[in-house]
Amino acid sequence: MKRRDFVGLTGLATGALWLPSIPGFSGTLVDPAQLLEQGVDVAVKKRLADAALNAAKAAGATYTDVRIGRYLNQGVFTREKQVQNIASTESYGAGIRVIANGTWGFAATNIVTEAGLAKAAQLAVEIAKANSKVQKEKVQLAPQKGYGEVSWKAPIKQNAFEVPIKDKVDLLLAANAKALENGASFVNSVLFQVNEQKYFASTDGSYIDQDIHRIYPTFGVTVVDRASGKFRSRQSLSSPMGLGYEYLTPKAEDKVAGPAGSDVIGYKYSYDMLEDAARAAKQAKEKLTAKSVTPGKYDLVLDPHHLGLTIHESVGHPLELDRVLGYEANYAGTSFATLEWKAKGQPYGSKQVNIVADKLQPGSLGAVGYDDEGVKTKEWNLIEQGKLVNYEKIRDQAHIVGQTESDGCCYAQSWSDVQFQRMPNVSLKPSATKMSVDDLVKGVDKGIYIAGNGSFSIDQQRYNSQFGGQVFYAIEKGKITGMLEDVAYQTNTLEFWNSCAGSCDQSDYRFAGFFNDGKGQPSQSSAVSHGSATTRFNAVNVINTARKIS
Amino acid sequence: MAILSKDEAQAILKKVLSFSTADECQANLNGRTVGNIRYARNNVSTAGLSDNISMVVESRFGKRSGVATCNQFDDATLRRCVQRAEEIARLAPEDPEYMPLLGPQQYLTPVSYAASTAAIKPDFRAQVAADSIGLAVSKQLTAAGYLEDGAYFQAMRNSKGLEAYQQSTGLDFSVTVRTPDGTGSGYAVADFTDVSKFNAKALTQIAVDKAAGSRNAKALEPGKYTVILEPAALVSDEGLLNNLIYSFGAREADEGRSFLSKKGGGNRKGEKLFDSRISIYSDPLNAQAPSSVFDGEGLPVKRMNWVEKGVVKNLYYSRYWAQKSGAEPTAFSGNFIMEGGTQSVQDLIKSTDRGILVTRLWYIRDVDPQTLLFTGLTRDGTFYIENGKIKHPVKNFRFNESPVIMLNNIEAIGRPQRLGGNLVPPLKIRDFTFTSLSDAV
Repeated sequence: MKRRDFVGLTGLATGALWLPSIPGFSGTLVDPAQLLEQGVDVAVKKRLADAALNAAKAAGATYTDVRIGRYLNQGVFTREKQVQNIASTESYGAGIRVIANGTWGFAATNIVTEAGLAKAAQLAVEIAKANSKVQKEKVQLAPQKGYGEVSWKAPIKQNAFEVPIKDKVDLLLAANAKALENGASFVNSVLFQVNEQKYFASTDGSYIDQDIHRIYPTFGVTVVDRASGKFRSRQSLSSPMGLGYEYLTPKAEDKVAGPAGSDVIGYKYSYDMLEDAARAAKQAKEKLTAKSVTPGKYDLVLDPHHLGLTIHESVGHPLELDRVLGYEANYAGTSFATLEWKAKGQPYGSKQVNIVADKLQPGSLGAVGYDDEGVKTKEWNLIEQGKLVNYEKIRDQAHIVGQTESDGCCYAQSWSDVQFQRMPNVSLKPSATKMSVDDLVKGVDKGIYIAGNGSFSIDQQRYNSQFGGQVFYAIEKGKITGMLEDVAYQTNTLEFWNSCAGSCDQSDYRFAGFFNDGKGQPSQSSAVSHGSATTRFNAVNVINTARKIS
Repeated sequence: MAILSKDEAQAILKKVLSFSTADECQANLNGRTVGNIRYARNNVSTAGLSDNISMVVESRFGKRSGVATCNQFDDATLRRCVQRAEEIARLAPEDPEYMPLLGPQQYLTPVSYAASTAAIKPDFRAQVAADSIGLAVSKQLTAAGYLEDGAYFQAMRNSKGLEAYQQSTGLDFSVTVRTPDGTGSGYAVADFTDVSKFNAKALTQIAVDKAAGSRNAKALEPGKYTVILEPAALVSDEGLLNNLIYSFGAREADEGRSFLSKKGGGNRKGEKLFDSRISIYSDPLNAQAPSSVFDGEGLPVKRMNWVEKGVVKNLYYSRYWAQKSGAEPTAFSGNFIMEGGTQSVQDLIKSTDRGILVTRLWYIRDVDPQTLLFTGLTRDGTFYIENGKIKHPVKNFRFNESPVIMLNNIEAIGRPQRLGGNLVPPLKIRDFTFTSLSDAV
């Protein structure tokens, strides 16, 4: 994940020129009404795609896929009592990927006509042939059956683009007002909405039409104590989700309380932004006078909003097969979990650690019917009872690990970018036996309960990480005893997962999501969710992050 | 062709303004022609070309503003774009921080364009990859690298009479070389306005040497060490010095939520916060690292001192915040230049009894904005220095450090080099805080 992902909410300019710097917002700015206009009919898209498939074949391609994409985005930005910006963008075009002479070629065009696509297809073949001169290993694709003409729609209840902008502005300003009433000095709030209308066709005989939606409400609250010069912030505990606007209608059954004494509420499939904004202001204020942590070993009890980021960085990324193989060596890095390391059979985690990858979970950011190379999505195990059993891979990687099928996790951020292997949802299975968060805390003698994800950093092979959080509570003899500050934990991935001492059950399970996970050069963004229940890790090294500057 | 001349660009912008019925109208036209090549595992993995021009039109009625964009420039499209901006403006809420558009401005003559860079062709990129891979292969090492080059133009014009145009070019190259057994890794990075100064083989040689020299690193105890931070350890998208400069906002300081906030209110402009040898400024006409002569709003970019002999001289004031605070607005500068001396990295090593040479810092994230504390890790070439010589490679460290503290612990400052469009010297710093070890290579 890149630093820009956690948008420096206070630093957002009010102009429009910065928009392209937010991943996914590089389309053309449009009237919001345009976001509701129907895209091109499926029959027309099939004709366009066939033009590209035929042109590529005639030019010498042995495989071709075409993605015709319409990508719609909207962002509403506010601070305190005012609207900073409202922007709606649309991007429409086609990307064509071919294999010729055993080498990949890619070209994209915004001229979405039969002639435009045919020309781009020919260019893709030319590029493949040119690159084949320096290619040493020929591309090997895992076999994939064609699905014919199929479609998939995200199971949303309300398209966010159908909601009047005034309602969205009113919601954000109401959340800001709640924060200000409860002691916030400053508050910024944002609502991002995304709709990907994607059509995929390939020479395998698939014609796949998909409609994907994502939503992300978030805010940051800051409380300043002028007298002492101290300030503290608390970010929203929402998650970006693969849902429609229904995510913003709070339901009691989606609220999950943290342990007794913690004043933490987590959210499942709906989010109460006003309630969280009020709580954030109170907690930011409390952080100003909270006790500074004594460094040392603590048992950590991590809530799912926090743990999702740790899963993302220390399991999701090291098991991406392109990193494992060295394709990301110059940028995102490689992985400790090499094929040789896996072969040794050393434990990744304790027996309690069962981690599953999927592109299916309803409401998750990763959920789609088919990936961006026409593979039907699925669920598969990455870690079984602490043992690494599989990686995350796509069609041209399966043979490298002796497998015959893709995992269906190929993705491109837009029609104009080439698709490549991206992280699926990666989730920690909850306990199969009943376990509440209070029961989990009860067994901890000296510990810290952490809710919300905060500062995060991990090395390029995913061994050493440091994580902060949003709120921290001391646990003494099985009870929450008060708020702590200046907390971060430093750990080694294998030590951390081997110290896992159990999770709460399914009733506590919820997603943490990330809207803008970055990888590749030039960098592409993707969205991914991580499910887990509150989980305990024993004897983790906690540092105190307070410093003095003159 | 994505690079329009001044006359071609201004002709389009004039036409846009002629279609406007708003109180105020401003149009920006930006174009780029960018090529790239990427390689890994000693093979080219992807290569791409992109060409685009985009128009942004902002229309204003009173304090209401609307923005629309287009990337076709026939009369009908331009007219529709202006109409759409006006429709959006009429529906928008009033902006309480509204500032009127700027009138005509005087700009410096930019020096940020090199025809040689604009003329780069795909075969040049392929040759760069082949040269870099070839050198790695000849040493039984593995290279992964990325080259991106581009030519750009920016033009703007508004209904108050402002008119601006500039062209620029740039080339960015980075390469990571690893040993096949994964026990050594080296890195080199550079960027240029003029491609004639670029030498892929020489840069790859640095990465090759560091990879070969970093095999079988020894572990040192974490703690406080004297470090020599090479420019790539100071500057990157997320670098410590970039983060320091990003934190010079006057508004955040005045609002009490910055390390530059003053206890009780106000900001720390005028206070000495760093070692007396630290001077940092921006200058669009610097010959080694030139940058834009106007910013996105059309404010002229001129030389601006941020830190002079350790004293905070200026903060970044938006036009709105400047008006509210009675200060001068600050143009958004495209570069920063940290003054240095004449010593090379080798000279700094020679004068070090005991210390650590750091090639690169990575995954740098803020930990506490109150003290500007950051964490991150060393990567791709970390070495122990003893009695003026590199003794052996060491395992990578995690650091937790604030650039504010770091720039008070200066031992020596080397000769500035260009990186990320800036000029930055290598720094020798005492008591740099490493808090744990990493097994990553």
